[in-house]
Amino acid sequence: MDRGQNHIHGQSAANLCYQFGSDNPLLGMGIQQPFVPFTSPFGASSSTNIPHMDWNPATMLDNLTFIEDKIRQVKDVIRTMVDNGGQLPCRQGDLTQQQQVVNADLTCLIVQLISTAGSLLPSLKNSSFLSHPPAGHMDTVNHVGSSSSFIPNVTTISEENKEDMCSPEDYEELFKGFTDGAMEGGIEIDNVFVEEQDAKDGDEGGDASMDGENLPPGSYELLQLEKDEILAPHTHFCSICGKGFKRDANLRMHMRGHGDEYKSPAALAKPPRDASAEHELVKRYSCPFVGCKRNKLHKNFQPLKTILCVKNHYKRSHCEKSYTCSRCHTKKFSVMADLKTHEKHCGRDKWLCSCGTSFSRKDKLFAHVALFQGHTPALPADEPKNSSDQISRVGSHQEPAKFPSSMSSSFMWGTSSSDDRGLDIKGLAGCSEDILSTGNFGSFNFSFGPADGFTGEPSGSTFSVLPPEHFQSAQKKGKN
Amino acid sequence: MAAASAAHRHSKRCRLSPVPLDSLADELLFLVLDRVAAADPRALKSFALASRACHAAESRHRRVLRPLRADLLPAALARYPSVSRLDLSLCARVPDAALAAVPSSLRAVDLSRSSGFGAAGIAALARTCPGLADLDLSNGVHLGDAAAAEVARMRKLQRLSLSRCKQVTDMGLGCVAVGCTDLRDLSLKWCIGITDLGLNLLALKCTKLTTLDLSYTMITKESLLSIIKLTNLQVLTLVGCIGIDDDALSSLEKEYSKSLQVLDMSHCQNVTDVGVSSIVKSIPNLLELNLSYCCPVTPSMVRSLQKVSKLQTLKLEGCKFMADGLKAIGSSCVSIRELSLSKSAGVTDTELSFAVSKLKNLLKLDITCCRNITDVSVVSITRSCTSLISLRMESCSHVSSGALQLIGKHCSQLEELDLTDSDLDGEGLKALTGCTNLSSLKIGICLRISDEGLTHIGKSCPKLRDIDLYRCGSISDDGVIQIAQGCPMLESINLSYCTELTDRSLMSLSKCTKLNTLEIRGCPRISSAGLSEIAMGCRLLSKLDIKKCCEINDVGMLYLSQFSHALRQINLSYCSVTDIGLLSLSSICGLQNMTIVHLAGITPNGLIAALMVCGGLTKVKLHEAFKAMMPLHMLKNVEARGCMFQWINKPFKVLYIFFQPACLPLRYV
Repeated sequence: MDRGQNHIHGQSAANLCYQFGSDNPLLGMGIQQPFVPFTSPFGASSSTNIPHMDWNPATMLDNLTFIEDKIRQVKDVIRTMVDNGGQLPCRQGDLTQQQQVVNADLTCLIVQLISTAGSLLPSLKNSSFLSHPPAGHMDTVNHVGSSSSFIPNVTTISEENKEDMCSPEDYEELFKGFTDGAMEGGIEIDNVFVEEQDAKDGDEGGDASMDGENLPPGSYELLQLEKDEILAPHTHFCSICGKGFKRDANLRMHMRGHGDEYKSPAALAKPPRDASAEHELVKRYSCPFVGCKRNKLHKNFQPLKTILCVKNHYKRSHCEKSYTCSRCHTKKFSVMADLKTHEKHCGRDKWLCSCGTSFSRKDKLFAHVALFQGHTPALPADEPKNSSDQISRVGSHQEPAKFPSSMSSSFMWGTSSSDDRGLDIKGLAGCSEDILSTGNFGSFNFSFGPADGFTGEPSGSTFSVLPPEHFQSAQKKGKN
Repeated sequence: MAAASAAHRHSKRCRLSPVPLDSLADELLFLVLDRVAAADPRALKSFALASRACHAAESRHRRVLRPLRADLLPAALARYPSVSRLDLSLCARVPDAALAAVPSSLRAVDLSRSSGFGAAGIAALARTCPGLADLDLSNGVHLGDAAAAEVARMRKLQRLSLSRCKQVTDMGLGCVAVGCTDLRDLSLKWCIGITDLGLNLLALKCTKLTTLDLSYTMITKESLLSIIKLTNLQVLTLVGCIGIDDDALSSLEKEYSKSLQVLDMSHCQNVTDVGVSSIVKSIPNLLELNLSYCCPVTPSMVRSLQKVSKLQTLKLEGCKFMADGLKAIGSSCVSIRELSLSKSAGVTDTELSFAVSKLKNLLKLDITCCRNITDVSVVSITRSCTSLISLRMESCSHVSSGALQLIGKHCSQLEELDLTDSDLDGEGLKALTGCTNLSSLKIGICLRISDEGLTHIGKSCPKLRDIDLYRCGSISDDGVIQIAQGCPMLESINLSYCTELTDRSLMSLSKCTKLNTLEIRGCPRISSAGLSEIAMGCRLLSKLDIKKCCEINDVGMLYLSQFSHALRQINLSYCSVTDIGLLSLSSICGLQNMTIVHLAGITPNGLIAALMVCGGLTKVKLHEAFKAMMPLHMLKNVEARGCMFQWINKPFKVLYIFFQPACLPLRYV
């Protein structure tokens, strides 16, 4: 069993390598040549790559024999499990070592079945194969093709074999080949679609606790996907050519290229939700990272609600942040959707702290300022610094210096200096509460209080009819 | 007066000449000067004129500077080097450059009435005066967060007022909170841009705050908790905070503020008696509580005040008293000294009588406009509250003259008495002869009082500073002469619409040298001759209302311009003043407020010339017709200096109406 498993790993990895590496630009819409990269996925006897194997009856027969063989093996495994089933506890946490081994075997077998059955498809050209799948566990396999969905696939398996395959953790092997292939091929996978979907589906953080759906342990079915499974770029695979997709809708579109039978409304329609899903146990997920709060071994374990939550959580918390914002070149994200969200607001963080940190929200800034001693809110530098400039301009544009002096003198009939002196001699003028108020009588200045009389200092307060605007504008000129 | 001034100067010089002023220690000299200044505000000026040494000593002595115009500032600061407080409230426009030139010794700057400066000016101020402790930026509607950020550099600031700085937001307040951690007194009144975020930060950073004014801000329960938790807060003002409601107040139930002594929640329209009941539990050491225009007064709310055992002042103006609410005050708040019920609804004789009979220690009582009360209440007030120093019962028109006599007989400690619009007669005034401490007496619209009654006041109330005789139509010159002779401390007198008065009254009043406010509106017999006596005698005159004194003409203005250099505010409407008088008047450079409506002799040219000359004007009321007649750029120019125009659109009234007092509209309503 181990031997076969290893072989398949290597095989499928090589296939994918070839597949992605050779004509990847075409693969995006590679409907016309979906069979080119196809190779025999099974044992040592048929290990050579046959480009046109689909029309080779011998190979097909080989494949069918292989499938029969495998189905028998699967049946054997299931039987042993059924035999032991009564003794096994149903709780996931109590999975025995033995059960894991059995699961691993089963996984390996099913992977081989899928691959082989997939290779048969183009040659059979039989749509009824999809609608009337063979009995037994082939139906599990067929789900790959029919529902074209990886995630439902996993759940289907687990629900059908609930008592013996409670944990999906062993399914990591199932798609290891694909993942590895992608990795080795160095393919840059465009995550955009899935990520955007992720963003819509919301954050994984605190889901279980926040929405009040804090299920007691045991009242739900706990699943734990493995790392490679979580990070697998594609979750929907073409059963004919093996091409991976992020969305089953995309896969259905792709399938149209494989023949007219895929173009029927029934085939293109969204697969209906399983009616029995409502009755099944609620599912919760565990993060495979040991020590994480979302890991089932954690003391205060909080399960994740959906697979999307698992994906986002795992990427955010346990993966390298590989996406860097192209604007600020500082913020990094591991989830593309987070980057997109950030880029929408990047550069528009108007709430600044004196330490240079910027915030998109005012309350965040104030929480920061409250936390750190000496930090203070900083105003954006481009704010107009002096609002008084505008006010003063109102008056200054009228050239107050050109106030007609003749006019003023004609009005200042009673304020000639001789008149003032006369008053001063009598000692009547120049006595007021405020010493500063005495200097100005009429429009003419005689002196700044009594100071000049004694000290002989130059009268610094000489002013005229001119409004202070003049004074101000003069000051300004001096500054400039 | 001129001779007296000269003699004054001469005697100083003679006295000081044998002893060189230099040998006298500055401290001693300053003590002398302090006393001299307290006795006569103009004496220091005479002293400075005596000699160079005196001049220098006076320069060193002055601590407070209040220049009339910002352009005088450099010279004034050069003369007075040791000034620590700069009050620019008379300068309508203060350019940034002026603020940059202040000395570093300043500790306090008042810019509350100024405009024209911005963040740059404040930045300059912060640079030159790092030790500034007191800054008043009230009414800085043009100041924004940038200015607040500059304020935050004044690390030693202890008192700051940002009232009506409506553009300041949480960001500015955050800067201030972080920068000025030494703040003790902060006013954020009308800072409508500030929210709970900023206030929470303020409460976190400025823990030394003792006085906080948050009136008319957007404070809600989110930050009220942290404000109440301030351990040193003593005075909290929450006037007109619509975000404060019962929910917010009840959320404080588990908190205690041991320091809070004064709480003002007037005009908080969303607070009810339930909220008040819950918050008083949190402030056991309260001394003063103001709930004016806030909530209905219910017995249960008043009973909750029992927990505030030290309460001394309770203000319930404009509140609606529920049944037994006032009675509960008598039984629950036995410690209060000051009670204000003015304009409250539901104040009845029985309840008020019961309350005052329990509050024997009451010092101040305000029952203005409690129109339902009658002699019964006054009898019980005078019987139990014999130590009253202030009693205000304007518009309590059901009280008879007989009951009013009791006030004078029993409450001999009275310093302030307001009986406006009452049935007071000569006997009532005669009864007041026992109140020798009386300093403020308001008996306007008491049509029954006569010269005889005023004679009693003049003879027995030498400390009287303020008397209001508005529309006392039956008094004549003799009564005013008695007041003027008997009350030398008189600072303010209102003789409006006392139509019998002539120049003789003003001649006698000119002997009251401390007079600063004179209202003789609608006295048609008073002429320029009387006004000239006032101008020469009352040199401290700062407020003058001569509206509808149609006998007053340019001659009066000439005297004013020559002698009344302290004049700040004048109302000239309906006078016979022409351009000439107006122009001479405008030479009073301290003049800030003028009302010039319906003057037949004023031309647009004369008006604009006067406005241009008068540099310190801040507010001018003019008839709307002049708006079109004066050149727009001139008006703009005057406005740019900080002057505000108010255009009046009332029709001209024929003046003979003022000889018929019976049909006059009542001012005090």
